Amino acid sequence: MQEFLQYVFSGVTNGSVYAIIALGFSMLFSMTGLINFAQGEFVMLGALGMISLWKGAGLPLPAAIVLSTIGVSAVGLLLERAAIRNVRKPHPIVLVIVTIGASIFLRGAGMIGWGKESYSSPAFSRQGAFEVAGATLLPQSLFILAAVLLIVFGLQFFHRRTLTGKAMLACAISKRAAWLQGIPSERLVLLAFALSAGMGAIGGILIAPISMSSYDMGMTLGLKGFCAAMLGGLGSSLGAVLGGLLLGLLEAFGVGFFSSSLKDAIAFVLLLGILYVRPGGILGAKVVKRF
Amino acid sequence: MRNAFFVLVIAVVGLSVSNAYHFQLLTFIGINTLLALGLNMLMGYAGQISLGHAAFYGLGAYATAILTVHLNWSPWLALPVAVVLTVVIAFLVALPMLRLSGFYLGMGTLGFGMIGYIIFREWSRFTGGDSGLVGIPSLELGPISFASARNYFYLVWAVVLVCLLLCERLVDSRVGRGLRAIHDSEQAAAAMGIDTSRLKIQIFVLSAVFAALAGFLYAHLVNFISPGSFDFLVSVRIVTMVVIGGMASIWGSLLGASLLTVLPEFLQAFADSEMIVYGLILMVIMIFLPQGLTRGIMDAYEGARTRKASKSASINS
Repeated sequence: MQEFLQYVFSGVTNGSVYAIIALGFSMLFSMTGLINFAQGEFVMLGALGMISLWKGAGLPLPAAIVLSTIGVSAVGLLLERAAIRNVRKPHPIVLVIVTIGASIFLRGAGMIGWGKESYSSPAFSRQGAFEVAGATLLPQSLFILAAVLLIVFGLQFFHRRTLTGKAMLACAISKRAAWLQGIPSERLVLLAFALSAGMGAIGGILIAPISMSSYDMGMTLGLKGFCAAMLGGLGSSLGAVLGGLLLGLLEAFGVGFFSSSLKDAIAFVLLLGILYVRPGGILGAKVVKRF
Repeated sequence: MRNAFFVLVIAVVGLSVSNAYHFQLLTFIGINTLLALGLNMLMGYAGQISLGHAAFYGLGAYATAILTVHLNWSPWLALPVAVVLTVVIAFLVALPMLRLSGFYLGMGTLGFGMIGYIIFREWSRFTGGDSGLVGIPSLELGPISFASARNYFYLVWAVVLVCLLLCERLVDSRVGRGLRAIHDSEQAAAAMGIDTSRLKIQIFVLSAVFAALAGFLYAHLVNFISPGSFDFLVSVRIVTMVVIGGMASIWGSLLGASLLTVLPEFLQAFADSEMIVYGLILMVIMIFLPQGLTRGIMDAYEGARTRKASKSASINS
């Protein structure tokens, strides 16, 4: 029982981070139909940026979090403006390679900026671990959970209640039709890039205190975020959360009952499984772009 | 004509080079050309991306390494086993995977590549795990030993030549036209009576076999393999070779492989910025020359020639 609860805690914690990264993938996909292979690098930049600003430059924690998120959003904006928008032949293969190029570029930039060593970040609060029925629960897990809830409700509010959010939904349905209605769809695509990069950064910031951060952390986290997004249904924000939690729990139990070396394989086996059986994901439409 | 010239170049290079390091580099170019050639058939001609080709490369290398090191098999016996194994696995992967397209196919193949890498790393009883597998024997054929750098160079390039010729014939055949039709529009190709899924699976298997062959040659060249040589970045590098050399250009694969094998040797001068430069090259080429360098240079040349022609025409008149 105690072990079971411990697996649930760690699964939900990691799963929530995957969910936040998945939300970034999902939002960008529904707006532009693009899957950004550099999403994981935004996670890395967010984590390392926050650690540098907080521990390195001595800023207060909230300021470090906000500045790091804004900085990464700006990188996302730049990526759209400087690279994606200039692609002459926006064929999916071309776009895949451009975003892969961007991810290698950003990883290289991270390596030059922070070197090859790993950084650790202290927990956000000095409160010690709680004990629930014999299992330990880190306060950081509560922060992460709260952040997921906040982001999901924030997004719902944004899409339902604000004009910009509604315009974004309109663009997601049909960019051309939205443009004809006078919605500046190009600017909204920029906004989507910034928001999704920012969400990646928040995922990185939250995971920094519970795992080591280094320039090459992005790929695995990005891939897992993508798996989570696929699992729940790409384009659905509820699906992203569901997929993230599911992936986190499966990993935690996989590590608990089988072996820790298999942890990373679980996500990819799940990814292949879901691509084969139901490419739309659990909550997505049944058939998405097969042929 | 072009092929005869190619053979001549290889023979001359093989005779004139004497430095072991240069031979090693030239042999690597050959191995990378095999990888790029195979992926180009899939990506350039059929328009299907694979971000997991390093897994097949690794499969070829690990299959022969495990058979020769642990079971003391002859490499020549291990080769057909590795190829058959690759065919079976590639077929099983292609069957469901090629129903996907675009980004989904990219992610799916990436997932497959990662699983391959994790297996190479974790199945340490056979693969040696992170520390790799040592003591892979060099190739020998009767009295000829391929431990010598020059002999191995000739062997690799002979294989490259055979594969190049095969691809050339394939591209100009009914199959090649079918592949290009799939590239342009799968529905239209299917409507014209092309069995698109069968053709896609066949070309996927072919490109996987090329990669496995490259893996076999790689393992017996360096006599030591570790999972790091078959990770995601290697898959990306193969894609880059195809893209830079020029998609749907057989000789472009040779160009792309040569550039990307030699470039890192120069980039070592600025060791830490290697990745940045690499990512930048990838982005810039894809943004401005989506057809790759070969086509881009050819287009520029054509453009310059027509401009010159029109200029001289206007002077004459």
